[in-house]
Amino acid sequence: MSGNHSAATVKERAELALNDEFLRKAVRFTTERLRNGKKNASEEHGNWDEWRERGRQIRLHTIAHLDYYLNLFADNARANGAYVHFADTAAEAVQISLAIAARKQAKTVVKSKSMVTEELHLNHHLGTIGVEAIETDLGEYIIQLAGETPSHIIIPAIHKNRYQIADLLSAEAGERLEPDTSVLAGFVRKKLREKFLEADIGMTGCNFAIAESGSIVLFENEGNARMVSTVPKTQITLMGMERIIPSFTDLEVMATLLPRSATGQKLTVYMSAISGPRRIEDADGPDEMHIIIIDNGRSLQLGDPEFQELLNCIRCGACLNACPVYRHIGGHAYGGTYSGPIGAVLTPALKQNVAEWDDIANASSLCGACYEACPVKIPLHDMLVYLRRRKVESGHGNKWEGAGMKGFGGVMGSSRLMRGVLAIGRLGQGLVARDGEIRLSIGPLKEWSRYRVTPVLAKESFRQRWGTIERELREGLSELDPAMKKRMEAMKNARAGEGGHGHG
Amino acid sequence: MKVSLFITCLSDVIYPRVGEAMVRLLAKYGIRLDFPSVQTCCGQPAFNSGYWQAARDSAATILDAFEDSDFVISPSGSCTGMIHHYPKLFEQDPEQHKRACALRDKSYEFTQFLVQVLGVTDVGATFPHKVTYHPSCHGSRLLGVKEEPLALMRQVKGMELVPLPFAEDCCGFGGTFAVKMGDISGAMVTEKADHVLESEAEVLVGLDMACLMNIAGNLRFRGEPVRVMHLAELLYEGATRS
Repeated sequence: MSGNHSAATVKERAELALNDEFLRKAVRFTTERLRNGKKNASEEHGNWDEWRERGRQIRLHTIAHLDYYLNLFADNARANGAYVHFADTAAEAVQISLAIAARKQAKTVVKSKSMVTEELHLNHHLGTIGVEAIETDLGEYIIQLAGETPSHIIIPAIHKNRYQIADLLSAEAGERLEPDTSVLAGFVRKKLREKFLEADIGMTGCNFAIAESGSIVLFENEGNARMVSTVPKTQITLMGMERIIPSFTDLEVMATLLPRSATGQKLTVYMSAISGPRRIEDADGPDEMHIIIIDNGRSLQLGDPEFQELLNCIRCGACLNACPVYRHIGGHAYGGTYSGPIGAVLTPALKQNVAEWDDIANASSLCGACYEACPVKIPLHDMLVYLRRRKVESGHGNKWEGAGMKGFGGVMGSSRLMRGVLAIGRLGQGLVARDGEIRLSIGPLKEWSRYRVTPVLAKESFRQRWGTIERELREGLSELDPAMKKRMEAMKNARAGEGGHGHG
Repeated sequence: MKVSLFITCLSDVIYPRVGEAMVRLLAKYGIRLDFPSVQTCCGQPAFNSGYWQAARDSAATILDAFEDSDFVISPSGSCTGMIHHYPKLFEQDPEQHKRACALRDKSYEFTQFLVQVLGVTDVGATFPHKVTYHPSCHGSRLLGVKEEPLALMRQVKGMELVPLPFAEDCCGFGGTFAVKMGDISGAMVTEKADHVLESEAEVLVGLDMACLMNIAGNLRFRGEPVRVMHLAELLYEGATRS
């Protein structure tokens, strides 16, 4: 729930989510469906890792030359007749949007799905000048009625089941709607049709911006983005500055990766490439088109070898669907606009001040499922560790943990000290162990012991036993198998020849 | 040929039987393992928590321990995976960085060593039980150890390998994560143990004692009698039985 934002830490917010059986069941159901869909679609397509690598290379190249491609895009979009604005900050992007709305004397804005407008809290800001923003993506519409924020990058209402949705829509309809998907979608379709026709401004996000033609490309399944970008007289498109790709040839790769990774679809239902406002010969489209390109912390990643690849993200949500932590706590527990593994890294990275980061980078077991799922191979599991390190190195780490880790380094820096500490541990566990296990619920074991028993230290460690084992084995040791010896020597020599490459 | 054992903390102090099974199994092929006693911890708890200086202090003992080894083998994909982070950990120190790269290139997880290096898939084991396998994240995703354990298990006589539902999902251990985010980790391990029970296996096998300690701890907490063991133990037990 958006109310979760009032809880101070990810741990507190996670606790609320963990106690919400409806939420957990809904999130588990949909993430599993999406994850299986992606698995099937990528296997069916074949050579998935090669496609991922190709996607990664396109993104790496574009971001490395972002200044060039941004200029090219802006020049071409302007030549197409669009107004292009650059906004350094969220506040600036809001200001530009509000100025356009005011100039157009707009009363209503219809919006297609856009995470960057969530980042700007644009609906709220439009409200302050008396402009009503209406979300037209079904999931976003539901979330807006509930007064919440999206809990998933592509499935905003993933945390709600159809009964909860039926309640929300019934309240809006003023009559009882059956919790049947076609009834509910039918109601929304009818309701939104009027809104499209009335709206003064259509507002969209942008999946990809094509530098060579100045086009923006939208991927959607409901047709609402087509309505938003054809019916109102004015269109405002907001995009993060990293949405660029060089050409339509590159779009082919992205159109292969994005829908399969996001929902397991081979193709998105509607893919629109929009190059400027309506021309005389066009049947429809806006008379005026604005494109607002937003930095808001993105350029901080440029030139940072540990985080630049964050800008490669194509916002497919596959890392959320693969993440076992996300599955249990949902998106709101992350406390920011972007949730899941990408949100856990992106949210802190977009801010400059490390002291402001809360502990979301700790909400990961570093299992790497996000990296494996990512269509452009962003090493999110490594980035989470780099974030933790930066927080420690900037002096914002936890004081107690810091002292403990210093002790860890001291003890583990010497096998003699380690043996000493173990001997003390073995004595100490005598006080708390029963039948070879520990069920103690204090100190660091408090939460651990709520779910598990802990094994005791062995009476004799391996290193203590080693002398005995070695003596026993020395007696009957056979000769090393000559074939194996040959293999091992070949591997050793190959390693020396290569000058060091990983195996496996 | 110097083949050294990187025992890893948990196998040293809690599960020495795992290291012992590895040593005895490899002895069958005439591999006499060397055990440098200066080794301590790979440094992963400190590394993952962001305390890289403490991680370097600990990792230095591993660089020292295996300086002269030709092959370094360990019963953990996660700790071997940590060695793959050493070049990054020591990137500011050219001398240590060079040693880190050399160590990475000669380090193998136990099943990698058996299958890739020795070319063994049939250790001659018999194990007449219903077994399920949990592929630990670091070993399978980061080291790419996916086929090796399956190749070894396929050759075990009398063993029925049953699928673990959602096998690739993390068990929720994650080192300090299990302590810092106790309830999230608890939800994850509970789900993993549910899946183990769903598989109806008598035995859960894996390649990482940290994950297995976590899952076994939850199964034991719930009073479930599933036996949990490292694949090295299973293979050794099966090979000595027949």
